[in-house]
Amino acid sequence: MLSEFLQYLFTGITIGATYALIALGFTLIYNASHVINFAQGEFLMIGGMTTVSLTAMGVPMLLAIILAVLLAGVFGILLQRFAIAPAKQADVVTLIIITIGASIFIRGLAQLVWGKEYHVMPNFSSDEPIRIFGAVLNSQSLWVLGIGAVLVVALVLFFTRTLIGKAILATSMNKEAARLVGIRTQLVLMLAFMVSALLGSIAGVVVAPITFTSYDIGIMLGLKGFVAAAIGGLGSGVGAVVGGLLLGVVEAMTAGYISSDYKDAVAFSMILVVLFFMPRGLFGAKVVERV
Amino acid sequence: MSALIEVSGLDKAFGGVHAVEGVSFSVEAGQVYSVIGPNGAGKTTLFNLISGIYTPTKGEIRLNGESTDRLEPNQLAERGMCRTFQQMQICMNMTAIENVMLGRHLKLKSNLFSTLFRLPSLLRDEKSCRQHAQDLMEFVGCGEYLDTEASAMSYGALKRLEIARALAAEPKVILLDEPAAGLNGTETAALEDLIRKIADQGTTVMLVEHDMKLVMGISDRLLVLNYGRVLAEGTPEEIRNNPDVIAAYLGG
Amino acid sequence: MLNQFMQSRLRGLIVLAVILYTIPAFLSNPFHYDLATQMAIIAATVVGLNLLVGFAGQISLGHAGFFGLGAYFTGIMTGNYGWSAIPALVVGGILVGILAWVVGRPILRLKGHYLSMATLAVGFIIAIVINNESQITGGPDGMPVPPFDVFGWELSPFGSYSLFGIELNGSQAWYLFAAAVLLVAVWLAQNLIDSPIGRALRSVHGSEVAARVVGVNTARYKSLVFVISAIYASVMGGLYAHFQGFITPAVASFDFSIVLITMVVLGGMGSTMGVILGAVVLKLLPQVLTHFQEMEAVMFGLILMLTMIFMPKGLLPTLQMAVSKRLKKRAGGQA
Repeated sequence: MLSEFLQYLFTGITIGATYALIALGFTLIYNASHVINFAQGEFLMIGGMTTVSLTAMGVPMLLAIILAVLLAGVFGILLQRFAIAPAKQADVVTLIIITIGASIFIRGLAQLVWGKEYHVMPNFSSDEPIRIFGAVLNSQSLWVLGIGAVLVVALVLFFTRTLIGKAILATSMNKEAARLVGIRTQLVLMLAFMVSALLGSIAGVVVAPITFTSYDIGIMLGLKGFVAAAIGGLGSGVGAVVGGLLLGVVEAMTAGYISSDYKDAVAFSMILVVLFFMPRGLFGAKVVERV
Repeated sequence: MSALIEVSGLDKAFGGVHAVEGVSFSVEAGQVYSVIGPNGAGKTTLFNLISGIYTPTKGEIRLNGESTDRLEPNQLAERGMCRTFQQMQICMNMTAIENVMLGRHLKLKSNLFSTLFRLPSLLRDEKSCRQHAQDLMEFVGCGEYLDTEASAMSYGALKRLEIARALAAEPKVILLDEPAAGLNGTETAALEDLIRKIADQGTTVMLVEHDMKLVMGISDRLLVLNYGRVLAEGTPEEIRNNPDVIAAYLGG
Repeated sequence: MLNQFMQSRLRGLIVLAVILYTIPAFLSNPFHYDLATQMAIIAATVVGLNLLVGFAGQISLGHAGFFGLGAYFTGIMTGNYGWSAIPALVVGGILVGILAWVVGRPILRLKGHYLSMATLAVGFIIAIVINNESQITGGPDGMPVPPFDVFGWELSPFGSYSLFGIELNGSQAWYLFAAAVLLVAVWLAQNLIDSPIGRALRSVHGSEVAARVVGVNTARYKSLVFVISAIYASVMGGLYAHFQGFITPAVASFDFSIVLITMVVLGGMGSTMGVILGAVVLKLLPQVLTHFQEMEAVMFGLILMLTMIFMPKGLLPTLQMAVSKRLKKRAGGQA
């Protein structure tokens, strides 16, 4: 009984940590620009796929990961510079369609380069699983959780201790005012997209040994990240982490105890229930309509 | 005889900041009642409370003797209240006259069946609605814009259009939030005439306005707010001679 | 004035009818007819979705769910229970409408991205159920659907018919029927938009607070238009199922929801003729792009992005603006 429960919990927390990182990526871009980036999942794909193919070419894994993450960062900048920035006057829906167009484009490129097959990535460290009270914990899960925690701490420090982080926050609160005090808001937006891409691609790399990876892995992971971000409340960092973990655990429990066919349905029902009672998610900011 | 609008002990706090605090007053039917005060005195917040856009933190508002607690703006409209906004709220995706026809929403019996199949009864109603809207646009002085897209109209014309829309609902009381803001002298004079005409028809007018000349000229009574509290209340004559008001406005 | 307006309303409809019924002159084989029929049915769906998105300003990223429900309801009732097509479409539409009302009431309180999320979730849940309840729906493999029928008379893409003495094959007959359906869909949508109800709907988009202070119960109107657009989707989904003769869960998928909303935005939100153009373009584009083979997805994504970046108002409104600017310039030049 306990071992079963623990098993589901481990699975849930591992995938939940990944969702949390994706949700943080959404949050970052949402905060800086109020755009929901439907291409967020593609950053994960770029991270995972690039690492796989570089290591296959004989590049040492650490270097491959660094290169993959940098590549995703470049895509983040390009996305902001060439797709989001020129369309700043557009409607919410129009922006959604633009980022969907971008994700189709990136996925198309990936399919050209890597084909449609699934790719396997080795664990970072030993393949030997760890046993706790009869439950099996994949060593890669520890990597996911560890790196996830490090990234969250790094992000907190980034936003509270660095000038660039504060500039992003300022821009998200009031773009005009930020510009008036000398913040180059376009640059800041570009940075936000880049950091978001870095986060996403790292998540993609660490989770790749568990989920495998392929050109289209970004669609569902990206959507789950969006669900997690919305559960937590768009724009809230704490919300993204809580939403991600909650979503992962609920999914794993559903798959374990009810039916794996319906785990996604439960995830999507959960968001409906949360939004029914809290229209701005668990930690979303309350805003007063101004007229 | 009870007042048309009766406000007692009204309070609205935004996270600890009291935008409106302990405000009480009453407006008799047929009056032109103005709310004045420096920027940030809580005038617009007061209007938002009265028109149901904000919910009070404390206190009560009665419209025609009935408490408006928990009533939505559209329910207040059903009870005869309509308003305009300082930041104009015009539907830019419609033509001018459609905006005014929207104002007659509550006067129209619409059912889905006659709408979908465009039955003669609907066409008849639409025709008279349009006629009424056209009359109103002429009344407020933007009759030349009938089928102009709202997005193509000038600021001054839109201000009048918004009043026409509010009047289209045939309200018992109309709340005008800074109708003269951004208007030039001629336009303001025309507005003064218009407000007088509205009042003469028996509609109660509540007004938030900065233009003292306008306010003093047309108001029956005034309420002066300062930092969310009532500084003074009375006829224009009383307000003009009130030492507190003079101190607040001139002494700074 | 009103008469003039009436005429301009009818003019759009007449132009559309003329276009729809001259298209067969350019179609040579059944494949083309099938594509055109699909376009007409999907265009009618999008006309309904546009009422919600373009006119009332509410987002739905899950509309394929309603389309899929309509398709499967019709498929199951006519296929397994021997219902005739018309009652299946009507009952399906009513049930989907009720479902949309039930889920619409709470989620339409949400704004912006939260509404996108909620509608996306509703669409996903429907798709997952269709995928998993394979005993009823055939699961991922899909299910066959009998041909469309009216009182025993069948309309099948493989039949042959004669209309006013003209011999038609099944594909041609289906196209003529689908074109008529599209015309009716447009007519109903235009009637709705140009009415007190339509004004109330548009005011929700234009200024929700203005709508409320003049007495519009915005929550009610949002639900109403959500229900209407869901019924459009359901009925068109049913027709689509009969036309295709076979349906898979793809008709309810998230991908298809995205296709539908993209048609609206690409063609021009709030322009009935625009969204029909959007449907045609988005349906044709993959046909054209197959020549690029593995570059297809890349090209598609690129075209979609560029169009939306440079024509954020959508194809038809942008074209209309360009034309009227040209005309004005010419008139100015002559004066």
